[in-house]
Amino acid sequence: MPSGIKDKVAILGMGCAKFGERWDSGPDELMVEAYLEAMGDAGIEPSQLDAAWFSTHIDELGTGKGGTPLSIALRLPNIGVTRVENFCASGSEAFRGAVYAVASGACDIALAVGVEKLKDTGYGGLPTGSPGTLMPQWGANGSAPGNFAQLASAYRAKHGASKEDLKRAIAHISIKSHANGAKNAKAHLQKPITEEQVMNAPMIAEPLGLFDCCGVSDGAAAAIVTTPEIAKAMGKKDIVTVKALQLSVSNGLEASHNSWDGSYFHTTRIAARKAYREAGIDNPRQDVSMFEVHDCFSITELVTMEDLFISPEGGAIRDVMDGFYDADGKVPCQIDGGLKCFGHPIGASGLRMLYEMYLQLQGRAGARQLGAPKIGLTHNLGGSPNTNVCSVAIIGAQGA
Amino acid sequence: MVGITHFGGYVPRLRLQRKAIAAAHIWMNPGAGAGARGERSMANWDEDAVTMAVEAARDCLTGVDRSGIDSIYLASTSLPFADRQCSGLVSAALNLAENIGSADITSSLRAGTTALIQALSAVKSGDQKKALVAAGDNRAAKAASPQEMQFGDGAAALLVGRDEVVADYLGSVSLTIDFVDHFRGEGEDFDYNWEERWIRDEGYSKIVPRAVKAALAKTGLQASDIAHFIMPCVFSGLAASLAKAVGIAPEAVVDNLQAVCGDTGSAHALLLLAHSLENAKPGSRIMVVGFGQGCDVLIFQATEALAKRAAAGGVAACLNAGRAETNYMKYLVFRGLVEWEKGMRAEKDNKTALTTLYRKREMILGLIGGKCTKCGTAQFPAARICVNPNCNAVDSQEPYPFADQPARILSWSADFLTFSMDPPQHYGMVTFDGGGRFLADFTDCDAGTVDSGMNVRMVFRIKDFDERRGFRKYFWKAVPVLAK
Repeated sequence: MPSGIKDKVAILGMGCAKFGERWDSGPDELMVEAYLEAMGDAGIEPSQLDAAWFSTHIDELGTGKGGTPLSIALRLPNIGVTRVENFCASGSEAFRGAVYAVASGACDIALAVGVEKLKDTGYGGLPTGSPGTLMPQWGANGSAPGNFAQLASAYRAKHGASKEDLKRAIAHISIKSHANGAKNAKAHLQKPITEEQVMNAPMIAEPLGLFDCCGVSDGAAAAIVTTPEIAKAMGKKDIVTVKALQLSVSNGLEASHNSWDGSYFHTTRIAARKAYREAGIDNPRQDVSMFEVHDCFSITELVTMEDLFISPEGGAIRDVMDGFYDADGKVPCQIDGGLKCFGHPIGASGLRMLYEMYLQLQGRAGARQLGAPKIGLTHNLGGSPNTNVCSVAIIGAQGA
Repeated sequence: MVGITHFGGYVPRLRLQRKAIAAAHIWMNPGAGAGARGERSMANWDEDAVTMAVEAARDCLTGVDRSGIDSIYLASTSLPFADRQCSGLVSAALNLAENIGSADITSSLRAGTTALIQALSAVKSGDQKKALVAAGDNRAAKAASPQEMQFGDGAAALLVGRDEVVADYLGSVSLTIDFVDHFRGEGEDFDYNWEERWIRDEGYSKIVPRAVKAALAKTGLQASDIAHFIMPCVFSGLAASLAKAVGIAPEAVVDNLQAVCGDTGSAHALLLLAHSLENAKPGSRIMVVGFGQGCDVLIFQATEALAKRAAAGGVAACLNAGRAETNYMKYLVFRGLVEWEKGMRAEKDNKTALTTLYRKREMILGLIGGKCTKCGTAQFPAARICVNPNCNAVDSQEPYPFADQPARILSWSADFLTFSMDPPQHYGMVTFDGGGRFLADFTDCDAGTVDSGMNVRMVFRIKDFDERRGFRKYFWKAVPVLAK
């Protein structure tokens, strides 16, 4: 059994661009925005960076499918840049690459930057991908909301939940996230919403209405990582370290084998178990202070809170309605507003989640500050319920 | 004995109300309402002559071992490809063997009966043991034309052979005469029609009796011996007057289904034949007429085997399963007769990699997956490594057909975001009772009626149109079956 990543790597600095419909900015400007904040936070010069990982998923940027778009935008000193993509979990992949590079000893300081410029397509929602030559000949004609909406019908069938109860619970999820996002100047959507608005919004993919879907935004986020020893030597206080990094990837079981009932994320359960073990967490409902999960759709968040073993199976509706995940609840979730309010610039989201956890752990989250959290978990999911990649990262105060 | 051993038919479930058509045109044609009675069958947007022929053939071949079929004949005047054999496409969807003969028979409304004569001749000659005949048409008609009301969409299929014959083939006669009552020029979408009075008097009334009399003489029968006179023609009362002219009893005239279906073109004679066979009594003689640049007349006699046949009742079942459609605009959109705003999501390139399609033809066209010989797990698509996590055997799968396996809905959604020709787009995870599953598009379903646990039936449909290149993709979709 490997010794794991726990406490081997510290976050030296982070940055996050203003998310939103950034008509004023292309991907280059967004990357620079996140990068400069992270560099300022870390207090280092570009010459101190040993290598970089760059995540962007949908469109090729600038010079295309390589490391050059990041290197050129940031004028990096000809260091190695690896471009990574793993569906909507691409941002977490960039972070994983940088963390592993430091943990291996190959780098002292590594950079991870994620970006996506979605608002140059001419319409809302995600652009369609190019999934090869076979899938377009048989794959269902679906969209992201329709694929994730599948969870709702299977969840209802399994747990006997009524359409109305489930719709009200997922509405509460969005209401909670909007309330949080309203306190975040970097969020795309900063207005609170009411239950009436959610319930009466136009249907996108049954049962998901407009407010059950996250926004579509441009954004970028960045992290700079090093060893805890170097961070301490640089005089850093309140050092935040990586406790666990796990990734679980579907192998076709959910899509092709009848053992999966469609109501949960097979990969999330696997990644979560491994992450808790890596971080030494025995009772996540007690021990994790806060969550940033992949709330691409409200139903995703509801189901995910069971798959992360926080709510009991079939019990998320009750926890949600009890306010367990609200900002003033026992375990706040999406305290920055989540994908719901930040939107989902694919390559950036995983790093944006870590950015909020990092701020909270350092007590720098301003109006959103949760007291003194010790452990934060980010859950970054890409794909669809039946075929996906799931990243679970846990970070926390050094020594926690 | 050579004849028809199995028969089937298919009529799409949507029935466009003729009143709805008339209501759209009455502003410019005050006479549009006259005769606007009943309904016509209307193909869904994802149906064409090929998919309907596949459905009719599946109905026909229920319980039949398909490996014994030696040839396939496909008749239509509305085939989706001018150069890509559509009978081969139907054959692939039916998983017929590759070592069979095939032919598309087209360019005349007589194509259906001509295809049947070809199949009967091939079997009679001893060259072939079993020949499948399928015919389907979904002809386009200009908005506000009489044909818009007269046409219907549908298909029929007949299996010709020597064993288990339910309709003994007594003989046939053909006349080939270049009588052009209508035509559709190369590259044209619509028919051009000449005057009805001339077609009736100089065409049907002179050509059909000539052929009928020749067929009776050839088979040694009297007109009074005919119990079912199948004479597809949209002119009301003409079939009856033709029967009278040759001495066939008025009660023998088979209803042309104009009231409930419309004229399904080259498929219509065979559709009426299949429908007649559903109720024909053993011993009764059936005359089938196909008219179009001449005339085919075939005569059959129902056998005792017909009475023993388990009632599949494909045509009657389809006719009873109609759903009234009153939205004329929906018809125009489905038929591509109006330029409508599809949104940017419809701009995606639907180019098909023909190399991939050929490599995976059994999977895409035949819905063939794999079944692991080690653990028994059925899976779609087939793969070199078994998907069962407790097995993962390598190269252990044998071909496994999914199209006729019982299946149900595990999860679903009705999606307004993705581009759909018939929003909301329904799709979901379909699980097969015998193992296997995939996320499938649904079709022929109504919003508000779908839920987890419902049974579905798989059907062969158009998946996408590649308008830039004139190609279309086909794949299988799930039709939710409403509990009776």
